[in-house]
Order: sequence, then C-alpha cells, then structure tokens
Amino acid sequence: MIMSRHPVPAALFMIISLVSVAALFVLLEAFFLAILQVLVYAGAVMVLFLFIIMLLDVGPDGGKVSRIKVISGLAGCLSFGILVVLLLQFSGIGSAESGSWQEIQTTEQVNGDSLLFSTSLKNFGYGLFTKYMLPIQVAGFLLLAAMVGVIVLSKKSLTSGGTE
Amino acid sequence: METVTPQHFLVLSFLLFAVGFLGVVIRRNLLLVLMSLELMLNGVNVALVSFSRTSLNLDGSLFVFFIMTVAATEVAVGLALLVALYKKRQSVFSEDISLLKN
Repeated sequence: MIMSRHPVPAALFMIISLVSVAALFVLLEAFFLAILQVLVYAGAVMVLFLFIIMLLDVGPDGGKVSRIKVISGLAGCLSFGILVVLLLQFSGIGSAESGSWQEIQTTEQVNGDSLLFSTSLKNFGYGLFTKYMLPIQVAGFLLLAAMVGVIVLSKKSLTSGGTE
Repeated sequence: METVTPQHFLVLSFLLFAVGFLGVVIRRNLLLVLMSLELMLNGVNVALVSFSRTSLNLDGSLFVFFIMTVAATEVAVGLALLVALYKKRQSVFSEDISLLKN
C-alpha cells in the first residue's frame, strides 16, 4: 500500500488490508470488533478518504527527488531491518511453548475484578457501561467535539474562499 | 500440523505497525500519511485483541473499541484540516507546507 504513488490504488489496497484485519478478528473470535472494523474503517473512513482524494484531485507523488526523502527512506528501511532482526532473534517463533488458545467460557461475565472475554455482545455492553462508563462518556464528547470542529473548519475555509 | 499461535498474531501486528510507520516516513502526500497512521492503529488493534483473547480478558477488546472511535474522529478532523490547507496552499505535499522557510 505504501509503495504505490497514486492515492487511489493506495486507498484500495488499504481497504483490502482493513478487511483482512477484520478477518483476523473473526479468527480471534472477536466478532463484534470484526463487524465494527468493516463498518467503521472499510465503510466510513475509507469512503471519506476516497471522497477527499476525488475532491482534491491529487496526482501521484511527483518525480522531484529531494534529499530529505532519500535520507528518510534509508532511515526507514534501516530501522525496519533492525526491528525485524531483533524480532526474529528474541521471539522464538514456532517453538512448542509459544502459547496456545484457551476455551472461552460462556457462563459468567465477570471473574472477580476482571471482565471475561466472550463472543457475545452482552459482555461487551456490560463492560462498556460498568467499568468503562467514564471513558465512553469521554468518547461521546470527543465525537461531538470533532463534529463541531470539522464543521467550523470547513465553514471557515468556505467563507475565506468566498471572500478572496 | 502447525497451528496459528498468538505469536503469529503479534508478529503480524508488528509488521502492520512497521509498514504504517514506513509509510508515514517515506510518503510525502499527506493523505497517504494519514492512511499510514490508520494502518499503525490497526496493527495495535490486532495486538490488543490477540492479548485480550489469550488472557481471556475483555479489557483489551474494549480498548480497541475506544481506539476505533478516536481513529475515526482523528481521520475526520485531519481530512478537514487537509482540505482547508489545500484551499490555502493548493498542495497536499508535505514539503510544500513550510511556513518559515520561504
């Protein structure tokens, strides 16, 4: 995705990877999050991206090769290589004791203080509205603030574009 | 027969994060930079859900919910800023947006 210079193919590759992440959530038995991923990311966010790409009519990254770009590309590749080497060295992938999956219990929602992982939506809502009551209020307020902010931003640029 | 272990999910989430980071570093189109940021957030989400599933604790999944909320608002505000910037400077490339240089 990051290798394509045109924004539109990059956005389409991005949709593919987002849907694949949703499939991984299904594999991890987090069905609600998979649905949310498809709806929010592959639906809303990427449609917004494509809309803005069409609106601005962005071309590909130009051919001007700046020095900063070369340096940052080299630094990115170098750090990526270092991280991959460190990962392969310390993770021990494929060894027998590298973890296993436990069965999901379906009978109860809480075990002491901690909320139990479950495939059902009931546990999700229970957790959201008991332990995470304040964060969900803050998230709602954040959405409201973002909405007001976006309206103010686009309105301001509209009027300044009209007066000029 | 080799099965998928939690570590495979962690490696994949790390790779997603690394690809997103590389995209943030090497792309100059600010739209693509925003998309790469989304990819990084997705990598973190995969890791969180994987931990949540292995430890049978719902907190990780709930955090993924909040991260998705914040990511959606961030994209909306970022794209609005980008459109405002495009109307002012007629460009979405990061090297054209240097107020102090010229």
